[in-house]
Amino acid sequence: MTDTTKTTSLEKQPMEYRPSFFKATMAIVQKDLSAEFRSRELLSAMLVFSMLVILIFNFALELDIKVRQSVTAGVLWTTFAFAGTLGLNRSMAVEKDRGCMDGLLLAPVDRSAIFFGKAISNLAFMLIVEAIVLPLYALLYNEVRIFQPSFLGVILLGSIGYIAVGTLLSAMSVQTRTRDVLLPILLFPVAVPVLLASVKASGGLLNNATFAEILVPLNLLIVYDVIFIAVAFMVFDFVVEE
Amino acid sequence: MIETKKLVKRFGLKTILRGVDFSVEPGEFVALLGPNGAGKTTFLRILASLSRPSLGSVKVAGYSLPNESAQVRAKLGVVSHMPLLYPDLTAEENLQFYARMYGITNSGPRITEVLGMVGLENRRRDLVRTFSRGMQQRLAIGRAVIHDPEVMLFDEPYTGLDQDASEMLDEVLKSVAAKGRTVVMTSHDLARAEDLATRFDILSRGIIAASATQKDVQKTNLLSFYKQALVD
Repeated sequence: MTDTTKTTSLEKQPMEYRPSFFKATMAIVQKDLSAEFRSRELLSAMLVFSMLVILIFNFALELDIKVRQSVTAGVLWTTFAFAGTLGLNRSMAVEKDRGCMDGLLLAPVDRSAIFFGKAISNLAFMLIVEAIVLPLYALLYNEVRIFQPSFLGVILLGSIGYIAVGTLLSAMSVQTRTRDVLLPILLFPVAVPVLLASVKASGGLLNNATFAEILVPLNLLIVYDVIFIAVAFMVFDFVVEE
Repeated sequence: MIETKKLVKRFGLKTILRGVDFSVEPGEFVALLGPNGAGKTTFLRILASLSRPSLGSVKVAGYSLPNESAQVRAKLGVVSHMPLLYPDLTAEENLQFYARMYGITNSGPRITEVLGMVGLENRRRDLVRTFSRGMQQRLAIGRAVIHDPEVMLFDEPYTGLDQDASEMLDEVLKSVAAKGRTVVMTSHDLARAEDLATRFDILSRGIIAASATQKDVQKTNLLSFYKQALVD
């Protein structure tokens, strides 16, 4: 064995610390939730914004009961999409502004764990906002059918797809100076399929459509979720590296 | 411990590093000096696996970059002029988070040890946003050594610190280096660099323009060596 080989084998001793993918992901989720429940910056911004949108629609659309029921899905998804964008921007900006993104990237873990950690916490924030906005909507629009389990299931599927693509794009846009403007410009065109499918599926459920009638948008939602989670898993490393 | 050969980094048409040959032996404390825009931060970010080299080879702790970057990151501690800390978490929660990200199980004793080393054991339950800049920088060093790395990279750690905070940071840096770690530090503070480092490399216009040990510099002084290197 040559001297060089000896040195290399000595240097490459087994490492003491290597986190598992799951543990690193959950560490990020716990960190985000702890920080947010203490500061409440992101959630309060998303909530106030959502409530304002619901209120504005309520006063702007002076509709009879029948028409009002037909716009429910559209109003709700418009609210969720705009509030979600606000949350996505803020969630990634917190990492970037104090250099914490570098801290995450320096951890000896597969970088897609960072994506999953951020995506799960973003999804949690969006679901919390939705859980507060839905009763408010039901109260203002006298619409209680939105609490049926299948409708809530569509909201969950739509939120997963929106957050998956949103987290990936916010990691890209946060590195630019115009991040606040850039994220919606990038996100809305890419998220059109998930938003259209969500509106179609939830609108169908409210209008008592048969399962066969909402099968197409439902399938589209599931396929979109799977594809964008897989794409984010594969490309996140390249997105965050200089 | 660190070795780069013909390292080139380009951003678009602009070449920042033009073939840097650089090596550091285990236990050495190298001060990387140079004017603004010389490429010091870019060079450190490549060593930290935060940026990919355009050309050339990089080895840290026996592992190649960028192919073995996770292995390199496990052996590396990085402190920059940004603290890389979460202001809405306490000092202890920040260290707990980073301990989990490095896979440290039963991190309690290690966190207590690190907080003691940086002199913040009495502020462990205080939110980081209530800390002064100096305290944040000391906690940032605690964050960087939580996994007991073999190699430490400091990117202008004195930026924004007052005299007292800088002196406290001196002590922390000395204790970090005293554990036999290999250290590379960029700085514009020549007096502090002279006090801490065992070797001085001048990075200018994308290459290592000059290199001298502490012994060499004692014959003249660091400032004249630095000025001469930039003129040459």
